[in-house]
Amino acid sequence: MIMASNVATTPNILPADWRDFLALTKPSVMRLVVFTGLCGMLVAPGGINPVLGFTAILCIALAAGASGALNQWYEADIDALMKRTEKRPLPAGRMDRQSALHFGVGLSFFSVLLMGFATNWFAAVMLAGSILFYVIIYTMWLKPRTPQNIVIGGAAGAFPPLIGWIAATGHVAPLPVLLFLIIFLWTPPHFWALALWVRPDYAAAGIPMLPVVAGERTTRRQIFLYSIPMAAAAIAPWAMGLTGNLYGVTAAVLTAWFLYLAAKVGIRTAVEDDGMKPEKRLFAFSILYLFLLFGILLADHWMMAL
Amino acid sequence: MTPQEEQIVRKRQKSRALIVALMLGAFVLLIYGISIAKIAAGS
Repeated sequence: MIMASNVATTPNILPADWRDFLALTKPSVMRLVVFTGLCGMLVAPGGINPVLGFTAILCIALAAGASGALNQWYEADIDALMKRTEKRPLPAGRMDRQSALHFGVGLSFFSVLLMGFATNWFAAVMLAGSILFYVIIYTMWLKPRTPQNIVIGGAAGAFPPLIGWIAATGHVAPLPVLLFLIIFLWTPPHFWALALWVRPDYAAAGIPMLPVVAGERTTRRQIFLYSIPMAAAAIAPWAMGLTGNLYGVTAAVLTAWFLYLAAKVGIRTAVEDDGMKPEKRLFAFSILYLFLLFGILLADHWMMAL
Repeated sequence: MTPQEEQIVRKRQKSRALIVALMLGAFVLLIYGISIAKIAAGS
């Protein structure tokens, strides 16, 4: 691993600003985590006390923040080499690594214990598992070693709806497993679309992302190929009779548009300075897609309850 | 440490202390809410 000179390994003289601690938690990523976790919890049968439900979502958010902080602690040297991440608190030298590590570990323990006391220990164990999966399996093990990092690592981001459901019910059922599968299979096309246009950054940092290792053409093909099982997973809750027609029709339309954008990215060859517009469009839509899909799932659940 | 740096340190310490105080207050309220919810569920 290449050491960047501005990553502080010893405590700084200046204490880090609280905004830098907030930045460590990757708040932009947290939005999707919180939303999918909330949807998983709200579609669960039986309901949950609002205070306990709020606490469960808070714990999911804090655990995601802790994972982000530990990820930035471990990858500070790599982050310093990439334009997209060089302004983060550690590579920018605004915080020392030890503070980030203490913050991440402390937040992890806090979120898991609070989840256990407020809801149930099954949810707490799953939450701990999701943090460990993201930090150890994805960040430390897979990411620097294999171009399939995001395929397996995608599971880390897929845990929230499952944990939300378990927090409300104390057990697992087919629907939350399908929600897990949707996010798991959505992650590769979502992330590889981004990787296509930040490839030089990943190459400079020595991260074996698919476009760096296997090339642009293979990545484009993989984006489309992974969109197919993702589409099947997105439709499955309706096909299995776990949701109503509102979800089924909307999911079919949204997924068809996702497949269309993925196919456009899949068949095209980029030329220099073309702005990578189809890739950026797929990336942007993939975020909206997940928000809409889970939002409709919730609306459908409420409609069916009426 | 220059006087300017000392001023920045004080400012950051103050803002961090304020954030910690607010979060502690929120935590106390949350624990109170969880306790009430658990007691209500138990009864």
